[in-house]
Amino acid sequence: MHPAPSIILFTVCSGLGYGLAVMLGLGLLDPAAPATKLAHVLALALIGGGLLSSTLHLGNPQRAWRAFSQWRSSWLSREGVMAIATFVPLTLSAALALFADRFLLPLGLIGAAMAVATVYCTAMIYASLRTVEAWATPLTPACYVAFSLAGGALLATLFSALGGGEARGPGLAALLLLAIAWATKRAWKRRMTGLVSASTPETATGLGAIGRVRLLERPHMTENYLTREMGFKVARKHAAKLWRIAVGLGLLVPSAGLVLVLAAPQGAPSVAAASLACLGFVLGLLVERWLFFAEARHAVMNYY
Amino acid sequence: MTSLPSLPTPKKLGLVIDLDVCVGCHACVVNCKEWNTGGYGAALSDQQPYGADVSGAWLNRIHTFEVVPQGGEVVGEAGDARIVHFPKSCLHCEDAPCVTVCPTGASYKRAADGIVLVDEDKCIGCGLCAWACPYGAREMDVAAGVMKKCTLCIDRIYNETFEEVDRVPACVRTCPANARHFGDFADPASDVSRMVEARGGIDLMPEQGTRPVNKYLPPRPRRPLAATDALPLAENTAAAKGFFAWLDGMLDRL
Repeated sequence: MHPAPSIILFTVCSGLGYGLAVMLGLGLLDPAAPATKLAHVLALALIGGGLLSSTLHLGNPQRAWRAFSQWRSSWLSREGVMAIATFVPLTLSAALALFADRFLLPLGLIGAAMAVATVYCTAMIYASLRTVEAWATPLTPACYVAFSLAGGALLATLFSALGGGEARGPGLAALLLLAIAWATKRAWKRRMTGLVSASTPETATGLGAIGRVRLLERPHMTENYLTREMGFKVARKHAAKLWRIAVGLGLLVPSAGLVLVLAAPQGAPSVAAASLACLGFVLGLLVERWLFFAEARHAVMNYY
Repeated sequence: MTSLPSLPTPKKLGLVIDLDVCVGCHACVVNCKEWNTGGYGAALSDQQPYGADVSGAWLNRIHTFEVVPQGGEVVGEAGDARIVHFPKSCLHCEDAPCVTVCPTGASYKRAADGIVLVDEDKCIGCGLCAWACPYGAREMDVAAGVMKKCTLCIDRIYNETFEEVDRVPACVRTCPANARHFGDFADPASDVSRMVEARGGIDLMPEQGTRPVNKYLPPRPRRPLAATDALPLAENTAAAKGFFAWLDGMLDRL
């Protein structure tokens, strides 16, 4: 599948934003600290920016409001509805922290639950497509939610350190969530590697009864919308290398940073270590998300 | 509304495509573009139509496959090898995944006749329906930013200003080999239903669970090359008469 930069940016940014919102909703950070106020603003900015970026790949973005109407059948519509609805508790929580230095646990928990549900809806857009077998598994939403929570915990560690609070609690949570996220991703990857595609050129043409089918001539000499959108090849060639880069940046660097946070004294060293962990995670996640799209095969390519 | 209509629809309009007959001339492809660029919805745009990297939106495309039988490595080496021209357009699936994923309600399946359509005034051009379709039946019109697909020529098949013979999709009307047939699959007595019955019409990618309405008739079995008379026709003397038949026989006996 073609890895559209706007969608990669959207899933990474909104995932991080919702993850951070979950950690804020659970009350992991001191509501009176200025860093926590910044964290609230950053969470909303990441979510809002991600949603805006997702409209960039639309052919007619001025009609995007129509996408809230089909929540009965469409995961994309459900995601839109949930994203807008989740803004209500998150904005209220942020306003309470910003203007009253307060934290309301029930409101925070509602926001956290809705944030997780929104990330789940995003992932289900992909997991519900039977045409892309690598995505069509419950492991896909599991990965999205786990990465979102791990990213949120990492950012919470950073803001905890910035606020001069005890960063060890969020740091430990981040380490645990990071391990869970990459273990889930590894299971997802193993499943994908072992996939034997049910759809083949033989089933696609119905000519399997005669023998092995291969393409002699494409419909047109040049590329078309379908081959550009579903026939991306570069990543599969370098998939193993990119996977190692994603794991190195997204797992090893943040883990090392978090261990330093746990060991280092509060203040500047702790902030530096947490920053490094967050930076590595975001870069690693961008590569992981790029691979998620670029490595996936679409059933239509059995015709090309 | 992107929920599917309650099934079965009273009419199931669709196409039968005979892979034994198609000669791969692309006339249906061209006439489809010609009709639909001026008919329903936005025109079917081309990008760089006179440039080196030409591309555009088409609702019907012909692929050509070679089929190599068991035991063969190259076409013609063993058994029943053949080239098959393969026209492909929307199959108007009963369980159309492109319809249910649509976030805006632009994609829908008509309850009356089962035709799958896009309301272009509602389409935001997100492309998710094209991702959901295993057959590549939907293509984005890059100029208009909306999704295009086969309408089964709804502006022809119900058009009472046309003569009866022309009230079929443009691809069917134009096919010089009669490889494409249009009809109602809900009616077991219709031509298309009887053709599917007689020839063992098949679904494409049944494992995708889409239950396509369009059916493909597989190529008929052919005599392998090896089974034909080894002597070329020009060398065959069986048809000789009179003096030459006598001479042929005498010389054989010498």
